[in-house]
Amino acid sequence: MSEFIQQAINGLRMGSVYALIALGYTMVYGIIRLINFAHGDFIMVGAYTMIFVIPVMLGFGLPAWTAVAAAVIVASAVGVTTEAVAYRPVRKRGTRMSALITAIAMSLFLENLAQVLFTSNPRVIKASIFSLPAVQIGAVKIDGTTLATIAIAAVTMVGLQLFIHKTKMGRAMRAVSEDKQASILMGINVNRTITLTFAIGSALAAVAALMYCAQYPSVMPTMGSMLGLKAFVAAVLGGIGIMPGAMLGGLTIGLVESLSKAYSATLTGGIITSAFSDAVVFGILIIVLLVKPAGILGKNQGEKV
Amino acid sequence: MKMPQEIKKASTMNLIAVAILLGAIAWLGFAQVFSSYIVGIFWLSCIGIIMATSLNLTNGFLGQMALGHAGFMLIGAYTSALLSLAMVRADVLAGDGVQQLIRFVICLVASALLAGLFGILVGIPALRLRGDYLAIITLGFGEIIRVVIQGIPWAGADGLGQGSASPVLYKTGLGFNNATKSHYMFFIALLTVLCVAVILTFIRSRFGRAIISIRDDEIASAASGIDTTFYKVMGFAFSAMFAGIAGSIFAACYSSLNTGNMGFMASVNYFVMVVFGGMGSITGSIVAAIGLTTLNEALRSFDEYRMLVYSVVLVLMMIFRPTGLMGTYEFSLTKTLGRFRGKGAGKKQEEEVQA
Repeated sequence: MSEFIQQAINGLRMGSVYALIALGYTMVYGIIRLINFAHGDFIMVGAYTMIFVIPVMLGFGLPAWTAVAAAVIVASAVGVTTEAVAYRPVRKRGTRMSALITAIAMSLFLENLAQVLFTSNPRVIKASIFSLPAVQIGAVKIDGTTLATIAIAAVTMVGLQLFIHKTKMGRAMRAVSEDKQASILMGINVNRTITLTFAIGSALAAVAALMYCAQYPSVMPTMGSMLGLKAFVAAVLGGIGIMPGAMLGGLTIGLVESLSKAYSATLTGGIITSAFSDAVVFGILIIVLLVKPAGILGKNQGEKV
Repeated sequence: MKMPQEIKKASTMNLIAVAILLGAIAWLGFAQVFSSYIVGIFWLSCIGIIMATSLNLTNGFLGQMALGHAGFMLIGAYTSALLSLAMVRADVLAGDGVQQLIRFVICLVASALLAGLFGILVGIPALRLRGDYLAIITLGFGEIIRVVIQGIPWAGADGLGQGSASPVLYKTGLGFNNATKSHYMFFIALLTVLCVAVILTFIRSRFGRAIISIRDDEIASAASGIDTTFYKVMGFAFSAMFAGIAGSIFAACYSSLNTGNMGFMASVNYFVMVVFGGMGSITGSIVAAIGLTTLNEALRSFDEYRMLVYSVVLVLMMIFRPTGLMGTYEFSLTKTLGRFRGKGAGKKQEEEVQA
């Protein structure tokens, strides 16, 4: 039993990373109806920024996690630039298909740029990011990194909810995602709102990078692609475009992944081993899309003729 | 209405042109004129052509964005490799020469059928979705295929070793040697021509017209009595079948197989070919497949910059020319010749196509 709880907590830790990334996907999708394939690579951008900033921060005598501030700034800048340079011109004249192709191309661009700049060899963050003591509850031991990860995710999500629901900019974002034309008529600067969405989404990716690197400190150019894909699955699972859905989806995917890695081999008599855990995640996606394409929290919408 | 005589003339001319091309390739291949490097590029180009044209069927003509095409190629490659290995071990058609060719053809057919079957299995659930969701779900299926093949013990451990194959399957195992590859150039070229011809005929048949009408307006075509699900799945499975054939050729081309070669990046690679050439232009896919494959090999030493440049070009293309290089243009021998002779035959045909 205690092992099960341990696995579940690991799942929650990974799930909160997925949830933050999924939020970025879902916000962008909600506002411009585009799957931002490059979103996973914003994580990579954040992680590489931290590689370079952490030694500086340590030099100033600050804890390593403060490097996340720089990561947030750089990732946001990259996100906003991507939107302005690539997505906006395509959105103006192309179809949704060409927008999607552009997103794939931007993802390729960022990955290969990182490969050129930093080579494909993984770099390791040597400093431990959170140096917190572990907590022992009964037979279950929760290490400091896990606690910090879950806490940061919770704070970020609550903060984001407050921002979306209580501030004027948040209201503008909700308005644009509901009806772009009408919000233009209401005097909302749509382009600025989209830029803001990208900035926040990329910032969340950078925070997710901090949380991810605290557990797996190896950074490489393609680290974002699988992470991004799984987080996207999480966003779809919860209902894409719906923020609580992304959080729910993220935690679910994290739990399922962790538990299936731990128990699938024993449950299926060794047929489905932990090597298939990626397949399990995509299998969930397929089942969700078939049973309820709008996601757990989504509403089905018929097509207008 | 087209005049039968004109069609007869056109198809005779096309046949002659193809025969000349194949004859030249056969002669050059048997004479072993080319270095193994060039032969390798030739094989890869043929694989690229089959992959790109078949993917164009889904992406360009069916109008559904599929991102897992390499998954079907993977099925084809592993089917072919494992079947060939099994046949050699069971001492069935295990010899060289004609026996080897027959073995290759059997494996090829098996690969095509299995990949087509998986195309149906994947297509039925996946094609209930559209647009972005379809892109993601096909990507997911592609990854599942890859992960599962990687994890299957007898595909990995026994004989193909940890997801990569033991060397030599077609000689005494996997992969033709360089001389054989050169000899078989005409056969691969013939296969490619056949595949492209079948895809072209398919597009111009009533099935193809149904598929194009679904792309243009799904609701309207459903209202006109087209069974949209059936035609979508059929187009998808058809395209998967050709990916299986390409995979089979791929397995014959290399001395080892690795699931890593045919993951998401490979799918994207073929996708780029389709987009560059123009979604909806078979000619464009062929030109892009040959061009990009050759370029890939020529720029091997600049490998890391290559993808960087591709991605920038892709973005620029989406901004300035979203239809790709060729748009929906198709090359036609009779039309081109007609233009040279200045008889205006090309123009007439163009009008007929539109009518």
